Amino acid sequence: MAAIVMDNLHKVYAGGVRAVSDIMLDIADGEFVVLVGPSGCGKSTLLRMVAGLETITEGRLTIGDRVVNALEPAERDIAMVFQNYALYPHMSVFNNLAYGLRNRGVLKPEIERRVREAAAMLEIGAFLDRKPRQLSGGQRQRVAMGRALVREPAVFLFDEPLSNLDAKLRVQMRVEIKQLQRRLGTTSLYVTHDQLEAMTMADRLVVLNGGRIEQVGTPMDVYSRPATTFVAGFIGSPAMNMLPASLLRANGNADALSGLPGNADLVGLRPEDIGLDAVAPGGVRLQARLDLLEPAGAETHLHVRLIDGKTRMTVRLSHVPGLTEGADLVLHAPAAALHPFEAESGHRLL
Amino acid sequence: MVENRPLGNLLSHVVLIFGVALVVFPIYVAIIASPHPPGTFLRGVMPLLPGPNALENYRTAWTEGRSRAGTPPISLMLTNSLIMALAITIGKLAISIISAFAIVYFRFPFRIFFFWIIFLTLMLPVEVRIVPTFQVVADLGMLNSYAGLSIPLIASATATFLVRQFFMTVPEELMEAARVDGAGPMKFFRDILLPLSITNIAALFVIMFIYGWNQYLWPLLITTDPEYYTIVMGIQRMVTGGDSEPLWHLVMATVVMAALPPVLVILFMQRLFVKGLTETEK
Ligand SMILES: Nc1ncnc2c1ncn2[C@@H]1O[C@H](COP(=O)(O)OP(=O)(O)OP(=O)(O)O)[C@@H](O)[C@H]1O
Ligand SMILES: [Mg+2]
Repeated sequence: MAAIVMDNLHKVYAGGVRAVSDIMLDIADGEFVVLVGPSGCGKSTLLRMVAGLETITEGRLTIGDRVVNALEPAERDIAMVFQNYALYPHMSVFNNLAYGLRNRGVLKPEIERRVREAAAMLEIGAFLDRKPRQLSGGQRQRVAMGRALVREPAVFLFDEPLSNLDAKLRVQMRVEIKQLQRRLGTTSLYVTHDQLEAMTMADRLVVLNGGRIEQVGTPMDVYSRPATTFVAGFIGSPAMNMLPASLLRANGNADALSGLPGNADLVGLRPEDIGLDAVAPGGVRLQARLDLLEPAGAETHLHVRLIDGKTRMTVRLSHVPGLTEGADLVLHAPAAALHPFEAESGHRLL
Repeated sequence: MVENRPLGNLLSHVVLIFGVALVVFPIYVAIIASPHPPGTFLRGVMPLLPGPNALENYRTAWTEGRSRAGTPPISLMLTNSLIMALAITIGKLAISIISAFAIVYFRFPFRIFFFWIIFLTLMLPVEVRIVPTFQVVADLGMLNSYAGLSIPLIASATATFLVRQFFMTVPEELMEAARVDGAGPMKFFRDILLPLSITNIAALFVIMFIYGWNQYLWPLLITTDPEYYTIVMGIQRMVTGGDSEPLWHLVMATVVMAALPPVLVILFMQRLFVKGLTETEK
């Protein structure tokens, strides 16, 4: 068990690529923190810096009560689950789990006990004698988890561990990993580019963009109060609608915007905050034409175009009252659902 | 093949059978000729069926060789060849595995430079550097010794290059997982890299063994003492040495026995290939 403190971490790769900059982050003991961001934003780099697989160019990294900048991965008391699992192909599942323990000089009966225990926890007890090649993708994933588990480390590190699984298994493993982490109470750092995975698993979410932290907060915090236009667009699916304030004003919504700061020139609206029914006075009212209906089971996504003919928006409805494509609609949203941003800096106001 | 054209089929088979015959016929002749009595060959006609003297001819070749022409018994030459071929093979493998490991997994100054130096030696096979190499070996007093036979041939980069290519295909995550699992470089090498390379090493072993076994020019040059004759050069000595007609039946018996060990190595290693192929994967 340990807390992690990232004090102003930087990473510059040999070729001069600045992969990660200015990372200040405190992770509490037992916390499940998810790093999320688009491809190439430096998630893996940051995780690998914590693991000790990449050197830290600048800054100080503390795990527990030790500064670990100069320590080998094995000395950091961490365990890592790799995206492609990285199981040792020539070793049986048992030996895959036991290898790290043997290298640490753990005694045989203790190795046996821990491997059996982890195997039972992950329901891979029946495969202990098999080679990784003789397992399905999901089973391999469990073995990779098991290898981290038996070590009983202070910190778990996950680099997109579920990205090679099919959608259904991914949801199942997501729940299992989360439950396991709750039960063990081990501090965890988890990398994913899947924002749904990030939202559902995280105690706290760290949104990265271009090697920098955009926002840190609980999933609901980040969702309901995105700090930048980038976060607003990245978290939530379908993405938040971004409308120029001038457009809203020109269409008779000056009242609705009166409560927002004067420099709020960009306004965000979540697709689910928009409806077809009239709302309390002072809300937003927009005329639009329905371009496309996208049924997604429990909900339906409406792709619409505002009367200016250019601006597109997405609306998410749970109930669609007999609409046909090409129909003219009137959309309503409460004033409280507006997210004010300053376009130039991309920062949230209020 | 999906297509089934009788004519094309026939034609390709004729070509293939012709090709096989071309390769097999000399071997067949050697095997057929070896059990004939000495007189058969003086008539100038090549027999196509085996003769009656198999046991006797092979025994003579094995224990006496052709003493009048100064060639030692086959048994000794086979032993010499075996020692040379094994020394070359094991030496080459040991050096190439270690140096490939260094080049692929360690960052040291001038790493690329060293790689290219090793790579350059690929362009200098024994035959090209034979005169200076002979001088060096002579100065070191290694003429007529096993060291002289094998050490100069160990120094070549083909195997290093091939092992490096294989190491590069081993996923980097395995090394990282091993690091997280507390395995240092040597432990990773022993516990993970070597077991994964077994199949490739076996293949290299076969290639290198045959390369060593078939060395002709170099042993011919540096051995003057029959004690150190190897079998491949020994055959040549048997044919040209002495002043009488070559004893073809003995030469052929020698040829057959000289060809046997590489065949055995291939057969034995083939089992390892198959085992390796079915039990490991990258
Ligand atoms: N070894 C390296 N040398 C140089 N640049 C690198 C190296 N590894 C990664 N980078 C660069 O650093 C940046 C961050 O890479 P990183 O792998 O951390 O992205 P990521 O967020 O994990 O992306 P993904 O979701 O695609 O895995 C990228 O621009 C990448 O090109
Ligand atoms: Mg990544």
